[in-house]
Amino acid sequence: MLSKRIIPCLDVRDGRTTKGIRFKDNIDVGDPVQMARYYYEQGADEIVFYDITASSDRREIMIEVVRQVAREIFIPFAVGGGIRSLEDMRAVLLAGAEKISVNSAAVKNPEIIAHGAQAFGSQCIVLGMDVKRVPVSDKIPSGYEIVINGGRTPMGLDALWWAQEAVRLGAGEICLNSIDADGTQTGYELTLTKLISEAVPIPVIASGGAGVPEHLYDVFSQAHADAALIASMVHFGTYTIAAIKQHLQAKGIKMRLLW
Amino acid sequence: MIAILDYEAGNLASVARSFQALAPQVVVTQDPAVVARAERLVFPGVGAARQAMAHLRRLGLDQALQEAWTAGKPILGICLGAQIILAHSAEGDTPCLGLLPGEVRRLNPNARTGEGRLKIPHMGWNQVRVVKDHPVLTGIPMGAEFYFVHSFYPSPASADLVLGVTDYGQEFPSIIGAGNLLATQFHPEKSGRFGLLLLQNFLNWDGTYAE
Repeated sequence: MLSKRIIPCLDVRDGRTTKGIRFKDNIDVGDPVQMARYYYEQGADEIVFYDITASSDRREIMIEVVRQVAREIFIPFAVGGGIRSLEDMRAVLLAGAEKISVNSAAVKNPEIIAHGAQAFGSQCIVLGMDVKRVPVSDKIPSGYEIVINGGRTPMGLDALWWAQEAVRLGAGEICLNSIDADGTQTGYELTLTKLISEAVPIPVIASGGAGVPEHLYDVFSQAHADAALIASMVHFGTYTIAAIKQHLQAKGIKMRLLW
Repeated sequence: MIAILDYEAGNLASVARSFQALAPQVVVTQDPAVVARAERLVFPGVGAARQAMAHLRRLGLDQALQEAWTAGKPILGICLGAQIILAHSAEGDTPCLGLLPGEVRRLNPNARTGEGRLKIPHMGWNQVRVVKDHPVLTGIPMGAEFYFVHSFYPSPASADLVLGVTDYGQEFPSIIGAGNLLATQFHPEKSGRFGLLLLQNFLNWDGTYAE
């Protein structure tokens, strides 16, 4: 059986990881390449990098990070943030990433999903969705709305509709981030995750809210997520990926335990 | 020299990088003459069978593969490269290379689990149960998992050609081979330590296989 995936997520600004990531083991916690290597050795099933560099003329820095990461780790990794064109996608893929994640650029220009899928294959194209709970309305019948700019700008799009539209356009996977849960460490948004995961035929990565291993158990067992994104749980050394996997395997969730 | 065949079927960056981590002389090529000089071949690929076959023929790489196969050079097929070595693909009803007898079938889209319908493509880490010992599979432990991304799978004409199987709603061949050819439906280049071990074993393999 397919294993559920655990995916640490690293925010990178100007070529350095952000947040006060605390680690022992003599690794430079500001260096995304060393961090990626560390998580690779710790049993991460995949890694996601979000480039939060503000200025687009500094994109080459991220491409160089991707190149170095690709020499160090031999599992799939995705890069998101600031990808607006087919050329941006091509640069990241040629540098060695397996997948690209598009978020606000796809909301503004949905055709980028179709063009990316045609050029590189659906398996490369991850749709990142930032979602906020809102009152049910004619416009937002699911009660979940697509937002951009870190949740500040509502887009008037229904999240369920958008997920299905992205599948139609050729997205190969969805990374579903709950703005309400993000940063709370009180658990994933299970209702949202279940809603989207059951509605689309492609894998769904749950994101936002993980604080303890039991949160991953909930999102896998109740909300049928295919993968779970984690950040502060492991970045601050509170848990190791191995410990999280052992917890989940003991509770009957299929995990990749040999690496 | 190891030749990685580039027939415009997907991004070869990660295949090339994984081999470069293990071996000094790796060439990514579209040139049949380079393939003819190579000691061993890697035949990767993602994408659609029909398009891939058209590119192979246009570049003359179909012929180059046939010659390498006949000459007994070690060949490693990966993903699409593990499919179109068979005679025919259900994907676009495509005649393929026919190095091995058999056909490429679609994963059953109606297979179900406790969670409902299985998602297609089969994407992620899954176990491979090795059913036949092979020099390229030496040292890979029971329960080792590999990274898959596919909607079709190789179905050789004879069970003798199946070296490993994987369960995804149905059991399907995930490693096939005969003689100097071994092919994996999964991506060893993205499958961590055990994937690299398989690639290293391939580099050490003389291309002979006696059951």
